[in-house]
Amino acid sequence: MSPVGGAGTVPETGARETGATARPDGLPLRAGPVSWLLRLRSAVVAAVLLAGTVLLMALTMRLGDIPMSVAQVFGAVVGDGPDHFVVMELRLPRALTGALVGAALALSGAITQAVARNPLASPDILGVTTGASVTVVAVIVAAGSTWGGASGALAQVGVPVAALGGGLAGALAVYLLSWRRGLDGYRLVLVGIGVSAVCTNVKYWLLTIGDVNDSSRAMVWISGSLNGRGWEHVVPVGLALALLIPLTLLGTRSLGALRFSDETVTGLGVRMNLARGLMLLAAVLLAATATASAGPITFVALAAPQIALRLAGTAQPPLLVSALVGAALTTAADLVARTAFNPVELPVGVVTAVLGAPYLIYLLIRVRRKARS
Amino acid sequence: MARPAPSGAVRAVHRRRLLVLGGLCAALAVATVLSITVGAKPVPLGDVWHALTGPTGTENDIVVRSLRLPRTAIGVLAGVALGVAGALMQGHTRNPLADPGLLGVTHGAAFAMVFSVMVLGVGSLYGYIWFGLAGALVASVGVFALGMAGGGGGPTPVTLALAGTAVSSLLYALTSALVLMNEQAMDVFRFWQAGSIAARGGDVAWQVLPFIAVGLVLALVNAPGLNTLSLGEDVARALGQNITLTRTVGVTAITLLSGASVAACGALAFLGLIVPHLTRPLSGPDHRWLLPYSGLAGAVALLLADVIGRVVARPGELEVGVVLALVGAPFFVALVRRRKPVRL
Repeated sequence: MSPVGGAGTVPETGARETGATARPDGLPLRAGPVSWLLRLRSAVVAAVLLAGTVLLMALTMRLGDIPMSVAQVFGAVVGDGPDHFVVMELRLPRALTGALVGAALALSGAITQAVARNPLASPDILGVTTGASVTVVAVIVAAGSTWGGASGALAQVGVPVAALGGGLAGALAVYLLSWRRGLDGYRLVLVGIGVSAVCTNVKYWLLTIGDVNDSSRAMVWISGSLNGRGWEHVVPVGLALALLIPLTLLGTRSLGALRFSDETVTGLGVRMNLARGLMLLAAVLLAATATASAGPITFVALAAPQIALRLAGTAQPPLLVSALVGAALTTAADLVARTAFNPVELPVGVVTAVLGAPYLIYLLIRVRRKARS
Repeated sequence: MARPAPSGAVRAVHRRRLLVLGGLCAALAVATVLSITVGAKPVPLGDVWHALTGPTGTENDIVVRSLRLPRTAIGVLAGVALGVAGALMQGHTRNPLADPGLLGVTHGAAFAMVFSVMVLGVGSLYGYIWFGLAGALVASVGVFALGMAGGGGGPTPVTLALAGTAVSSLLYALTSALVLMNEQAMDVFRFWQAGSIAARGGDVAWQVLPFIAVGLVLALVNAPGLNTLSLGEDVARALGQNITLTRTVGVTAITLLSGASVAACGALAFLGLIVPHLTRPLSGPDHRWLLPYSGLAGAVALLLADVIGRVVARPGELEVGVVLALVGAPFFVALVRRRKPVRL
């Protein structure tokens, strides 16, 4: 398996040769056969990020038809004044969806980057988001007036279910098409780009056959939006995170091993293809659930793990810190989306794309510089 | 100055090359006839002839002259342009995955056009073709510069593809932000985005023709220089070639060709990628032959894809952009799987 960045590229994640387990500045936690290393710097960073996310959530919850101060927002959460309903039923679910979706996407990205051994990999190009988009557009268009009667059955499928199914199908297609006597990170990325291109064109075509109102609605969804999100969007992502975070933390050790060469990994006793497959499955499930709740919010999965890596000073993207960075980033982007073009509210995905693309460009240049030196 | 008489082997190569060229011209003729006759309303060949030579206003005459002919003309123009642009791009980047659709050119043109319509109030097609071209130029130069940034020679296929993805998604986000604020723009944009050569009047063909003609001339002028460049920049420099000039002419030709076709037909993915791969085995590495072959094959492929789109989805139509993506993506995946896409 070769690094994705092309001939001779040193993957970002493998830049430091001291393995995380060899560092003395951590506190090993053991419970039977399971051990996990608690690092002090990561813990401090995580605490700061958590506090920051809560504050950002409070700031974005101030905005709406009834403006409130941050103190009022906090008061409404605990108290039962007239603002209690607005905050608890409208604003908090939206803010929570944003934070949880961001966390899920970032965790998914951290795993993908570790498995592909490349800082440029992300579930955005692994077929999850594009597969979900095309299915959701199909469902929204089918539900509309144009095809109404004939495709009623398709229209009955809810948008989140369609997104989950489409995301999993897209990822499966990319996985199967790039599998050839093992999984090559390089091939994975290119096949992902190819599959995305097809999905994108089919999506465009579906947009043309729909009613213009449906198409606009679909367009908002495929840009990634948090508008009108309720508790029904919070719960699935919350459950996915609650279930998959512990499982992926158990896999941290095999992820750590995956950044060495295939021979070394086999020598270390990690069953490589199994470990890789399971971790990728977790990444796909996280990204698909997140996409089902808020649409394809781009670049969070790509940028958050790399930011976390620098904040925590680890050798590869730290899973928990990545998730927290993702939550903070998404919440901040939603805050910008709601205020930048007031009174028009942009979909949050437009903001993350506009902020994320320059970052991807910077990353590309860096990877090439490294490859040269 | 008398040239030495070509040896037998050279003559055989010449004969084979001319034969292929003739074959491609014949294929284009067949595809053109198919594009004019096949459709929602089949038109007999006799009626086509009647419509072309002495129209008397029958229903078939009107269908042929006002719908099928402009559509076919745009198909030929865009097909030639994208085929040549793809071959030029792959030659200049020495990258087998180079394609205007994958490298941000399409989204660059899209953004510039939407911007000109919504923000600057440009109304005519002639107006926004210029914006489309400018957007295509900025995006293509940007993607190449990104691929080159950091040094270390030309961009690798993966960095270039990723740079294209990054630039495209940035431009796409900006475009959708604009479009989402205005439902009317959304209605126009979604049809343009799907990529189609249907329902374009004859005036569209006339308006893009000059851009494509200049692009083709520049491409052919560029061919010998590109041949030398493909020996490596050092060799080309040692042979006394002005590398900057060759690159500039190449990028100008790519921009004119892909920008004009994108402005006229919207996003046609994969055509510029596939066609050079199909024609390169016939032409060999010589761009003086590869470019004309790719142009002709591009036109044939686009017309055939359009005819397929009209036939498979009766009574409706499948946009040609969708047909190209559905046919092109398996090809792309096969290309990626076959071997590591090495540098050309």
